[in-house]
Amino acid sequence: MASLEVEGVTVAYGGNRALDGVGIAAERGRVTGLIGPNGAGKSTLFDVVSGLRRPSSGRVLLDGRDVTRMGPARRARRGLARTFQRLELFGRLSVRDNLLVAAELGPERRRAARAVDEVVDRLGLAGVADQPADALPTGVARLVEVGRALAVRPALLLLDEPAAGQDAAETERFAALLRSLARDGTAVVLVEHDMGLVMSVCDEVHVLDLGKVIAAGPPEVIRNDETVLAAYLGEP
Amino acid sequence: MEQFLAFGIVGLSTAAIYAVISSGLVLTYVTTGVFNFAHGAAGMLAAFCYWQLTVGWGWPVPLALAVVLLVLAPGFGLLVERVLLRPVQHLGEAERMVMMVALLSGLIAGARWIWDPNVARPLPTFFADRTPFRAGPVTITWHQAITMVVAVAVAAGLWALLNRTRTGAEMRATVDDRALAGLTGADPLRANRVAWVLGTQLAAVGGILIAPSVALDAQQLSLLIVSAYTAAIFGRLRSLPLTFLGAVVVGCMESYLTGYLPQNAYLPGLRLAAPALLLFAALLLFPHRRLRGRDRRLAPVPLPSMRGALVFAASVVVAGVAMATVLQGKDLITLGPLLPLGMVALSYVPLAGYAGQISLCQLSMAGIGAVVWAHLGADGQPWALLVAVLVAALAGAVIALPALRLSGVYLALGTAAFTVVLDRWIFTLPSFDVLGVRISLFEQGSLEVSGPSLFGLRLDGERGLMVFSAVCLALVSLGVAALRRGRFGRRLIALRDSEAAYATLGGNLLVARVAVFALAAGIAGLGGALYGMQLRTITADQFGLVAGLPIFLIAVIGGLGRVGNGLFAGTAYIGPNILLGLASWTQNLVAILPALAGMGLGQSPDGIVVRLRREWEPVARDRLVLPALLAAVALAWALRIADAVNGWVLLVGLAAVASALRAWAAARRNAPAEPEVPVEWWGVRRPWRAEDGEVLARGIARG
Repeated sequence: MASLEVEGVTVAYGGNRALDGVGIAAERGRVTGLIGPNGAGKSTLFDVVSGLRRPSSGRVLLDGRDVTRMGPARRARRGLARTFQRLELFGRLSVRDNLLVAAELGPERRRAARAVDEVVDRLGLAGVADQPADALPTGVARLVEVGRALAVRPALLLLDEPAAGQDAAETERFAALLRSLARDGTAVVLVEHDMGLVMSVCDEVHVLDLGKVIAAGPPEVIRNDETVLAAYLGEP
Repeated sequence: MEQFLAFGIVGLSTAAIYAVISSGLVLTYVTTGVFNFAHGAAGMLAAFCYWQLTVGWGWPVPLALAVVLLVLAPGFGLLVERVLLRPVQHLGEAERMVMMVALLSGLIAGARWIWDPNVARPLPTFFADRTPFRAGPVTITWHQAITMVVAVAVAAGLWALLNRTRTGAEMRATVDDRALAGLTGADPLRANRVAWVLGTQLAAVGGILIAPSVALDAQQLSLLIVSAYTAAIFGRLRSLPLTFLGAVVVGCMESYLTGYLPQNAYLPGLRLAAPALLLFAALLLFPHRRLRGRDRRLAPVPLPSMRGALVFAASVVVAGVAMATVLQGKDLITLGPLLPLGMVALSYVPLAGYAGQISLCQLSMAGIGAVVWAHLGADGQPWALLVAVLVAALAGAVIALPALRLSGVYLALGTAAFTVVLDRWIFTLPSFDVLGVRISLFEQGSLEVSGPSLFGLRLDGERGLMVFSAVCLALVSLGVAALRRGRFGRRLIALRDSEAAYATLGGNLLVARVAVFALAAGIAGLGGALYGMQLRTITADQFGLVAGLPIFLIAVIGGLGRVGNGLFAGTAYIGPNILLGLASWTQNLVAILPALAGMGLGQSPDGIVVRLRREWEPVARDRLVLPALLAAVALAWALRIADAVNGWVLLVGLAAVASALRAWAAARRNAPAEPEVPVEWWGVRRPWRAEDGEVLARGIARG
């Protein structure tokens, strides 16, 4: 059974459809890519999956259970965590406290401090742990958001452009992190414009355009899909 | 039927005035992003000026109107824009709002200073000597007719301005995106100025038109704005047609309530509170959104050390004991409320400082605490104090439920409406029964309040109560510091910074918000009970909206995130009262001080407590100067106890010694500092350092 199943989700604003009958799935132990041009509906889909936005129609299932009518907090307690395209750090808190808030809300609240230390070590955040989050450069801030999501020990992790602002070496380290998360059994859904990263870490890629899934499959298939080339990737 | 129509005409006439006032409010808000809490007060000031020119000095009406509407009102609008708002334009919504609350408070205090509130000032209606005319079955006065014509003219004029002129296009563009409007050739500054001038003129028109039908009273006229707020919320602070519709609803409702509300002891206050109730309902029912743009600057919420908090708490107790032993007679009574009202101000720290919830009803919560204590603690039972805190906390939780839908200026408005409902209606009710329990409030008058009995000791004197208040404030300050360091404090700040992130991590917004409202109300309730004990007799007026504004202002000026704010706010608010006996005008000076201080917020946006801490830190860390300061304080205390010096000598002498010691500590600490090199000269005028890259990156990220 897939960790996440999205079935026929439509989000309509009046006559416009930000999402139009979208269906995707993500499984534990795999990294699922979600790509598409700006305005394709990727972040809207994340909002629907995480419960911040109610779909006009369609269903969202976590581990086979319909959560469409649940609020974001209840979905989080079912193992879902996410990051945001537009940073949503707790700017007044230190990096460590950002992670601590998450860990204290997660399943390991009794050993929250240790869970935070583990995330700090895993992401190499020791150097900035005591700095206020609103003072971080964008690349580091995005990493802290990923760390905060990891601190709740998620079963399903939605990452919205987490590598934006990172240099090549940082992106490579981030790719290794994503692979290790998948190895640990987490279902990862990745929205990213860095095609190198997407193609290198994803097991499957869904392509959104104008609110619809126009292609889905392994990276090597997507890379050569003519519809995708025309709508998003362009000719090689 | 005739009576129904007659009330309808009165309602429409009032509605026309509300429409004029509220359209000015909307115009200012949509163009400048500032919700003008002082809009009604500007109208009040115009009405007073108009009275002064026409009745006071006998000027002809047309000349007085021209001076007020074409000279004074625009000048005042431009002054507010230039002096008050431009310095805080780059700060957050909360700071801009504080500036407007300060202006409201300052204008009321200023008007009372200039025009003695104990003198009646009747203002004649327009064309009062002409016979009213009849339109079908109803009689219409010329003043009513003029009012309605003015409203229609304002509606048409504003529509033409916004839709048919370049200035109107600039104003609409400015609200959508200030920077972008500037890039496309519009002048946002000019749009701002036009909005302030027009907005103030509309407020002035409304003030002059409504003043003849109500008493020319600074507070009452300023608070008529609640009705205009309601109309503006009907228009979601954006739509002028819906605002006019809202004005009709409010005006007619008030008129028909006057005519048809049954006569009994419980309902007269309802008519006065009805606009506020409607405002509360409108805030909850009508979808609204804040204007675009995020706060560009996050006010920091520092992490206090427990050691520092303990030292501070001990200092509060020492200060309380020192005041209780040094002060005598009238001064002891005058400064009695210092620590209790400091506690009310401290309630803002978790609520507004940590959780970012701006509430204007904390003094009402204090009123609830005071009333419960007055009734249940008449014999000084300590458990009654606990009940007073719990009842206030419960009231806070009740407010939090609807407040979950509100934030920023809307939350401030909602809590202000709640305060007005309590103030004008609930607190004025006679005793009533709820589920068989007799509820008594202010018994339509004043209440006697006693001190508590603790460990067989009855604390009924000012000195004992002052020490008791100091111990309570110290303990609550410690609790607030512990809260900031703990899980709940972190969650409140997280919730403030990003509700979306907090919710998607599994945090429950409702629980956190209800808990912090209840906690803050409980703290305010305790402060209210202590305040009542000090006053000995309390009335509803002492816990009203206008009475609470200075406390809010001083809490903001102190720095909302600081635990030391309780002591600071109490001292800054009540301390100047020692000047009251010096001259007759000092009372007005003291009343206007909080507002003046609030208007200076732009100078010290992080709060004065931060500045004080920074300035006095060298003393606290100096092993020579600190003991010298403590010795000086102890000596001064001993001299005063021995009656060797009077209070003023003590105060001035201590201030001089402390100031000298501070300068000494600073001199001992400061090695010659390295001159600061501007960032663009790093690596040129001084060598490039390893950490410079990181510093620059952070600066850029901060934007």
